Amino acid sequence: MFDFFSSVFTTHFVRAAVIKGIPLLYGATGEIITEKSGHLNLGIPGIMYMGAIGGLLGAYLYEKCGGMALLTGGNFVVPVAMVLAILGCILFSLFGGLIYSVLTITFRANQNVTGLALTTFGMGLANFLGGSVSKLTVAKVSIALTYTGKAFKLNIPFLSDKLGVFGEIFFSYGLMTYLAIAIALIAAYILKRTRVGLSLRAVGENPAAADAAGINVTKYKYTAILIGSVIAGMGGLAYVMEYIGGVWQNSVLGDTGWLAIALVIFVLWKPANAILGSLLFGALCVLFNYVNVGPAMQEIIKMLPYVVTVVILVISSLRKKRENQPPQALGLPYFREDR
Amino acid sequence: MEINKLSDTIESDVASVTNDGVEKCKGYTPAIEFRNVSKSFGEVRANHKISFDVKPYEILALLGENGSGKTTLMNILSGIYYPDEGNIFINGIPVDIHSPQESFKYGIGMIHQHFKLVEIFTAAENIILGTKGKQIIDMKAMRKEIQELLERYGFELDIDKKIYNMSVSEKQTVEIVKMLYRGASILILDEPTAVLTPQETEKLFSVLRRMREHGKSVIIITHKLNEVLEISDRVAVLRKGEYIGTVETAQATSLSLTEMMVGKKVDMDIKRTEPQNTKTRIKVDNLTCLDKYGVKVLDDVSFEIKAGEILGIAGIAGSGQKELLESIAGLQQTEQGSSIKYYSPQDGTESQLIGKKTKHIKELGISFAFVPEDRLGMGLVGSMGMTGNMMLRSYKNGISLFTNETVPRNLAVRVLNELEVVTPGINTPVKRLSGGNVQKVLVGREISNNPTVLMTAYAVRGLDINTSLTIYKLLDEQKRAGVAVVYVGEDLDALLDLSDRIMVLCGGKVSGIVDARNTTKQEIGLMMTKVAGGESDDE
Repeated sequence: MFDFFSSVFTTHFVRAAVIKGIPLLYGATGEIITEKSGHLNLGIPGIMYMGAIGGLLGAYLYEKCGGMALLTGGNFVVPVAMVLAILGCILFSLFGGLIYSVLTITFRANQNVTGLALTTFGMGLANFLGGSVSKLTVAKVSIALTYTGKAFKLNIPFLSDKLGVFGEIFFSYGLMTYLAIAIALIAAYILKRTRVGLSLRAVGENPAAADAAGINVTKYKYTAILIGSVIAGMGGLAYVMEYIGGVWQNSVLGDTGWLAIALVIFVLWKPANAILGSLLFGALCVLFNYVNVGPAMQEIIKMLPYVVTVVILVISSLRKKRENQPPQALGLPYFREDR
Repeated sequence: MEINKLSDTIESDVASVTNDGVEKCKGYTPAIEFRNVSKSFGEVRANHKISFDVKPYEILALLGENGSGKTTLMNILSGIYYPDEGNIFINGIPVDIHSPQESFKYGIGMIHQHFKLVEIFTAAENIILGTKGKQIIDMKAMRKEIQELLERYGFELDIDKKIYNMSVSEKQTVEIVKMLYRGASILILDEPTAVLTPQETEKLFSVLRRMREHGKSVIIITHKLNEVLEISDRVAVLRKGEYIGTVETAQATSLSLTEMMVGKKVDMDIKRTEPQNTKTRIKVDNLTCLDKYGVKVLDDVSFEIKAGEILGIAGIAGSGQKELLESIAGLQQTEQGSSIKYYSPQDGTESQLIGKKTKHIKELGISFAFVPEDRLGMGLVGSMGMTGNMMLRSYKNGISLFTNETVPRNLAVRVLNELEVVTPGINTPVKRLSGGNVQKVLVGREISNNPTVLMTAYAVRGLDINTSLTIYKLLDEQKRAGVAVVYVGEDLDALLDLSDRIMVLCGGKVSGIVDARNTTKQEIGLMMTKVAGGESDDE
């Protein structure tokens, strides 16, 4: 038994769990902010795809399509590549978020239907751009960005290699990992301690009360959904850059987006909890690589994240504490003059 | 002199009314003046050319039957609706109020019938919600500020309590404090006493009087004439969306006000007939129910429902009335040891209702007309017309594969005529009707079913006197026909006049069953809050 644990829980395993978990953390943080405004955005998986392809295209323009020559005189400059990738990611995920928010806030369309449509759309768009468009550009090569991929994996030099196991576990990740944790902590603080956070929670709990208290409900909803979408989109970027290494593959994200949405329930709509929750999910996702059970059993272990998700959903619907319930107005459109 | 003036401004820092040194409200510029304000919803004319004013240091009662447009008018003032035409003046200046935010800016604070509070927040969080200030909330400073406000007006409130743990009266206090915290100088209360015990009402009124002393204007919307006479300085009356007039309360009587409100003389008395041949129809023993959070909403409740009499059920909203009726109707999960026995009117055979399906219970003739707070939640389908809603009860009848629309349509026409339902047509979706008319449709349908037991809850909630009397008469007719009637009500006067026995619930327990003929409102009020003895602290 001890052998089993020591063979599984290696530093390598922990690192893999973190890298796999970080995109989930982005997705979950983004979805929490969205749900706090009373909108259940099932388009998050699609938006993560859009963020991923947006980021790749940004970096692709720089690394493969002459951007390097144009901007930095033919040399690969790490910060420029990263900024371009992040800008591309933000642009695409904002677009996704805008589709969702215009439909569900302004036109009060059904949130679930809109979200599911957006997921299909985002995935299709990413597969189209990733698979075809790259071959139509001047470079005529598929998206395989070795330099940018490496740039996103750059870690803190001294801390990661001089501190032994400790350094390896805590300081051996790229920028996106630390950014995710920072965003989750900041989001937790804003939701809990600030006026903006209080108002946002009120909007998701009882928009009529928030409206009557002088809060601009529409503005809050738009802002929360757009910010949430951008954060979720960054999860897609983190996945393709830090986990995959800057290469596009068809439907590369798999079920990441759906797991992120399940994670939101698991962590009771608290971004700070999401940090640990995403690590757990990340660990479950990569576990099959570290358990020596043969290929047939591996498939069963691959199921674990989904089994845990189902179990969580069952447990969470049995929970009775008021504070642990989803925002009360989640999924309901708000119209002031409704009679 | 200068110093005096300065200290004056500090004293009255919540009141934004310009204090020119005038003692009372005479001679003041009206705090609010309506001039020819109109608002329509589709074909329904909710307000038509309304003109009246409210002064500082004044409590004005806005009186009117259901659907007379009181709430619409106040929603216009608080920025929820925008008027189609007409002007509103605040302190003499014409204003356009497009949103609740703007309404705050003018010092208008509206306390809605259904509180606009965030349930999982504390009172303090609800009070500061949406106010300007430093981005990072300094809860300590906020709490101190609120506490000072509470002391100034003499409120009793635990500001760290979560709203979902609060009683209706506490929630109302939070709403009022919320408005004062925002510096409201004009306070509007929509049916504030509808859900309060007499004792809580007294407390509310003393707070309102204190606000008047501080120079605020208070508008109180209500149906209850005795309260109008007790609290207000002037009364403005609306009828069917139109403004009828304003009278000084000192010169008004409940009869004169009723005439203004209804337009014709009405018989205010409820005729209670003596119960005859009472027989036990339902016997409830040790009934216990839990809510979804695992809290006991009904705790060991035992009583009898008798044929040929009206059993009134009194209690503060949320004391278990809903669960009680639902348990009998088979809609509620009951705990071990609960028993509800039904005695058939034909041969007296006894049958246990717990465990039976709702459908079977209905077949026994137990009818359930529950009018929930949102009126449409249970019993009626908002998007269907009267005919469709009548059919909900009869669609299973007959053997044909297709539904028969003739019977329900005839019934709809009958209910429409007998209860004077105001609707553009029997196929107009019921959610477009005013609250009172919706209730008439629901109660009318339930009575038409020839029940052996008729349970109604809040059947007259929000209804005007005329319609309420119609419903009371219907219930009394049912009683004379040998039906066992259960009436859950809010208006204690009506409960006392209508019921034969009254069961009082408090926190899910029976605090007593009394004979309605030998009890007083005060006694029941005390039982509702479970204060022992016959004395109330307000008297």
